[in-house]
Amino acid sequence: MQKVFAKPEALIDTTFHFCPGCHHGTVHRLICEAIDHYQVREKTIGIPGVGCGVFLYDYIHIDVCEAPHGRAPAVATGFKRVLPQNVIFTYQGDGDLGAIGMSEVVHTANRGENITVIFVNNNVYGMTGGQMAPTTLLGQQTTTSPYGRDFQTDGYPIRMAEMLATLEGVAFACRVSLHTAAHVKKARKAVFKAFDMQLKNMGFSFVEFLSACPTNWGMNPQQSVERMEEEMMPYYPLGTFKERTAPDYL
Amino acid sequence: MRERIMMRGSVALAEGALMAGCHYYFGYPITPQNDIPEYFSQRLPQQGGIFIQAESEVASINMLLGAAAAGARAMSSSSGPGISLMQEGLSYMAGSELPGLVVNITRIGPGLGGIAPSQGDYWQATRGGGHGDYRLIVLAPNSVQEMYDLTIKAFELSDKYRNPAMILGDAILGQMKEPVRLSDPKIQHLDKPWALRGARGRGPQLIKSLYLKDGEMEKHNWHLQEKYRKLQDADTLVEAELEDAMDILVVSFGSCSRIVQSAVRLARGKGIRVGMIRPISLFPFPGKTIYEATQTVKKVLTVEMNTGQMWDDVRLSLSPGCQARLMARPGGGIPSPLEILEEIENFVKAGDHVAKSVC
Repeated sequence: MQKVFAKPEALIDTTFHFCPGCHHGTVHRLICEAIDHYQVREKTIGIPGVGCGVFLYDYIHIDVCEAPHGRAPAVATGFKRVLPQNVIFTYQGDGDLGAIGMSEVVHTANRGENITVIFVNNNVYGMTGGQMAPTTLLGQQTTTSPYGRDFQTDGYPIRMAEMLATLEGVAFACRVSLHTAAHVKKARKAVFKAFDMQLKNMGFSFVEFLSACPTNWGMNPQQSVERMEEEMMPYYPLGTFKERTAPDYL
Repeated sequence: MRERIMMRGSVALAEGALMAGCHYYFGYPITPQNDIPEYFSQRLPQQGGIFIQAESEVASINMLLGAAAAGARAMSSSSGPGISLMQEGLSYMAGSELPGLVVNITRIGPGLGGIAPSQGDYWQATRGGGHGDYRLIVLAPNSVQEMYDLTIKAFELSDKYRNPAMILGDAILGQMKEPVRLSDPKIQHLDKPWALRGARGRGPQLIKSLYLKDGEMEKHNWHLQEKYRKLQDADTLVEAELEDAMDILVVSFGSCSRIVQSAVRLARGKGIRVGMIRPISLFPFPGKTIYEATQTVKKVLTVEMNTGQMWDDVRLSLSPGCQARLMARPGGGIPSPLEILEEIENFVKAGDHVAKSVC
């Protein structure tokens, strides 16, 4: 019998600490599949931001360096400039990347740093207990928007992939979702593409994942994936917003 | 022995960094330290090094963190407000036990303050500056030669103790020109098996400052304190000019100590027996040297260009029964040698009972 699916080698054989229905585990696996595919485990360095993703080192069999909240792209810049032959990626959530780390990600992208940024957009601050994030949808109730997010006081949800795609330094920017198996397959391709871009020295690559946080949404996993389809996707369209075919120095 | 050449302090500092093997500089413009990044932006590409003008000091310090974690000698420089922005990253570096050099060409604070020479960042530099129980290795040059020598020393100590180091200077030291001998010392380079360069031929490694398990963080904190104790024992730097039967001891650091040296010469010319102690490492502070000297001399004058920050450390170091006085000039005020001489003379003449502060 032919084996069609197996746990990636780069993924440590252990139980995730993530809540039921959370998509962090899926994102971890997709990164590991890309690491296996390009055979770069021994030269990959992961830089998680602060949040549920910080325990990257418990799950992926690679070198890992923690970064202060939001600063992962700057830390990654330091790494990549010293080790240009290594594969460097950051792993960041909504607050980390879209709020406190907005400056670092924008300028890292604008410099065209040849790194990959993995952005997990689940509409809330997960680890701290479900506070409003820059990505929280209008009307969405969180622990700090108990009456629902109101644009008059809280502004609008930020579309990071589209915004970064406007920068010249960006080689690849896309948004994928993880709410169905078919979407996970597409997301896998996007992660491969991002790693491929980095290995070809094309510049900054960015993959935004729509994902669920059932615990902080107060939903079960099934309700959560339905919410992703019905509420997140209309505001956060899936697609590739920028894809460079040649490095800009050519 | 190499010949001496005239050089500006900031240039000597940069050349010291290059001599130490630092090929990575990350920084953001702020007066009065701009000639450091400007010099590196010209010099590093010639050396095959990397210069990045970051989007902020917050980014600079985190680029430094990344480069250090990758095993490189790297540095940043800034001034007061920019150094304040770096405190988060410095705390993470100390917690993660990463080396690296940050230069503070101090401005006057608080706030936007002013750009004239000041020593008002002593507390921030020597107390850690950011959150948590940690210290920086802080060296305070007082000449252009030391801008060169102590930069090299700072990289070596930083690697040795896996802790960020700081050079605390000011615009006087950055801008003044003096003859320098660009010696070519045997630079210490330690292996960095902890550095992250990819898990090739070994298991994955981790650099972190997060410890959530019961008791882990307490253990980590005591480990850091043990490093600081070793640093104190082995690598405290101080210049002490003591004599027998001193009437008075003067303590001063950095640019201010140069003025004090002139005042001390004038006082000695008048027959006053003056001793002088200049802390070169502000952390670790040479408290032991001060304690031993004050077994005999009982009048101690501290002169500094702030409201009396090092004075705290001096008073903690005195032998019992000393009288401690402070001559403080905050806000860009620079004392003249004659003003300091007058202070020395008044203190020597004053009766034991009229000291402003008795420890």
